[in-house]
Amino acid sequence: MNASFDVAIAGGGIVGAACADFCSAAGMRVAVVEAGPIGGGATAAGMGHIVVMDDSPAQIALTERSRSLWMALARELPADAEYVTAGTIWVAADAEEMAEVERKRALYAGIGVRAEVLGPRQLSEAEPNLRPGLAGGLLVPDDGVSYPPCAARFFLERAQARGAVLLRAKAVELMETGIRLAGGEAVAAGAVVNATGAWAPELTPRFAVRKRKGHLAITDRYPGFLRHQLVELGYLKSAHSTAADSVAFNAQPRRTGQVLIGSSRQFGAEHAAIDQPILTRMLERARAYMPPLADLTVIRCWTGFRAAAPDKLPLIGPCAGRPRLLLATGHEGLGITTSLATGELVAAHLSGRPFAIPPEPYLPSRELEAEGDPLHE
Amino acid sequence: MSEGDRSFDVLVIGAGPAGLAAACRAAAARAIVCLVDDNPRPGGQIWRASLDRVPGPAVPWIATAARLGVRMIEGARVFAAPEPGRLALETGAGEPLDLRYRSLVLATGARERFVPFPGWTLPNAMGAGGLQSLVKSGFPVRGKKVVVAGSGPLLPAVARYLRHAGADVRLIAEQAPLAALARFARSLLHHPHKLAEAAIFGGSLAGVRYLTSSWPVSAQGDGRVQSVTLARGGKTFTESCDYLACGFGLVPNTELASLLGCRVSEGVAVDDYQRTTVEGVYAAGEITGIGGVDLALVEGEIAGHAAAGQTERASRLFQARDRQRHFARSLARSFTLREELKHLAPDDTLVCRCEDVSLGRVRAATGWREAKLQTRCGMGPCQSRVCGPAVEFLLGWKPDSVRPPLFPVSVNSLSQAGDSGS
Repeated sequence: MNASFDVAIAGGGIVGAACADFCSAAGMRVAVVEAGPIGGGATAAGMGHIVVMDDSPAQIALTERSRSLWMALARELPADAEYVTAGTIWVAADAEEMAEVERKRALYAGIGVRAEVLGPRQLSEAEPNLRPGLAGGLLVPDDGVSYPPCAARFFLERAQARGAVLLRAKAVELMETGIRLAGGEAVAAGAVVNATGAWAPELTPRFAVRKRKGHLAITDRYPGFLRHQLVELGYLKSAHSTAADSVAFNAQPRRTGQVLIGSSRQFGAEHAAIDQPILTRMLERARAYMPPLADLTVIRCWTGFRAAAPDKLPLIGPCAGRPRLLLATGHEGLGITTSLATGELVAAHLSGRPFAIPPEPYLPSRELEAEGDPLHE
Repeated sequence: MSEGDRSFDVLVIGAGPAGLAAACRAAAARAIVCLVDDNPRPGGQIWRASLDRVPGPAVPWIATAARLGVRMIEGARVFAAPEPGRLALETGAGEPLDLRYRSLVLATGARERFVPFPGWTLPNAMGAGGLQSLVKSGFPVRGKKVVVAGSGPLLPAVARYLRHAGADVRLIAEQAPLAALARFARSLLHHPHKLAEAAIFGGSLAGVRYLTSSWPVSAQGDGRVQSVTLARGGKTFTESCDYLACGFGLVPNTELASLLGCRVSEGVAVDDYQRTTVEGVYAAGEITGIGGVDLALVEGEIAGHAAAGQTERASRLFQARDRQRHFARSLARSFTLREELKHLAPDDTLVCRCEDVSLGRVRAATGWREAKLQTRCGMGPCQSRVCGPAVEFLLGWKPDSVRPPLFPVSVNSLSQAGDSGS
């Protein structure tokens, strides 16, 4: 095949768009294949929290690198990307969670991430609508919030301005030589990237990414009700569990004054409909932390599917034995944050230029079977 | 409420003509019936009560429902259907309410369609039915100049009501051509009781000008509407006014039916017995397709009989319904919206009033979902009930899927919708 593109990217979510941005910036001829709206999958369903997470050294490296790329980009982002440096407060309910606050603070200090411990009084001054009696929290002031579908569109438009092509078509087969489209024709390319999120295994079978369903609710406008993105430290117990359905208190102030309320995690739920018992648990959890939420008006609820890898790290880079077929998926709940570092890694893999962070922890060829093969459970 | 107070043989949603008729027929068959409406009083849009009186035709239905022991719940909205046989509501006081049913009759009616044109979002430019509702709740229009514009039999009805309330109705602008209205008037000969309505098409609405082939192209004013420019005969003219009341036909309120999984095309699809495609769920009235009050009544009666198991009685009304459907088809044909109305709004005209989104931004998207995600069109509190039908008319995009909550609802109510209720 005579390649008309250096790289063809399947998926126009924020990860695919960021890959297109970085690859085109590196001088590659780029095609993006997306049949649906730009940023219409997990990108549209997520909260848009830009956050440093410390599950593992590799997760810290990826999220910290990504957040610094977001911060550097802040002034270029269009208004509709709604980027705001709202800061995260990790909320500690008890002494045990306060110990976690201290551990987190020390760790962040070690890598140059600003963080400040809040006592009970400082916490309630920062967020007066939280319930009294909480132990405190950790404020990470440089974390941000964005509106991901418009950020994705912006990344893609930057790539298009450098000559990248958006093909409004459905990818049905990924080869090392290009992408076959639903109509039968092929897009010839020197390399192919699978950035189709939770749907990636349908195009590149036999790797361990599966759907993890989430719910969100958004309120009408209540300016000033909430100031920071709040996440309960109990969240770690929810996010770490790989089996049971779980919920955690997670609330985000939007620039519009709306409050976005999360979060839930479910494996094995393939249907996109609202799951009322889970929604109920999620809202009750939120009310337990922030009782005045009860009187706020919810205008919409929705669901989405995170692409979850068994070891909590995304799959970024060439498939084993297929060096020209790359994956960029498995970002689970961190795809908005880590989209930029993912694009940067993918561009470095393809261009041979130096990596900004070590790429090895994210390679799809890493040992993933240790925790079983969830695809065939 | 105790468990027994929350479970019904037949639950009817919507207390307009279709819902009242369904509730009365089901209750007459000794079913335990509950009738729910989101307004403070029964009657629906067409029989909406004013401060001092309930419209005459509604009186016997409301009295019958009361006599037969129909349980009335007013001011409550259904926002979710957590499982089959069960609906989650929020009362007017903001309290959650959980209702169970064996059979469900959907009679959720219709709302006005808005067609955007420059100035349509100015204060005092509003829906024709919306202005009528305001006046019924005590809003004064005495001596105010009103222009009524759009399409359909609702316009003269509203104009008549506003005149009765003392408004100075300057004119009615009907976009349909005279020839279509003449055909419609002739079709009424098969429906003699509707001839009174037809009289208005002779321009004899007690001295109010009734223009055909005429429609608003823009509204002007400083802080509120002060004049409207109308097209007629290839020219335009400007009429000064204090209020502009517009309605471009009706759109069925199919959201709850969609949430329940009923098949919906133009309206909710039903069989002879008004059964939807979902077991135990019936639909009657405007949500099955716009057809007017008489069709709504007979559909409601059939649905009520059938929901209470009286299929024989239901089938005796099929013929009467067929006659009314003939009228409904003639209505739809006569008042088809003309192509010119799709080109009134330049790109800077607002389409979504909740989120301030212009038509140009919406048009740049590839479809409804992309428009919502990229521009937030339809993402506000009205949940695209206004802009959705407008965009469907202008750009041909079908609405997105329906999810709970169907209406804005408190976190408290929404979180209790999943409780077992006991």
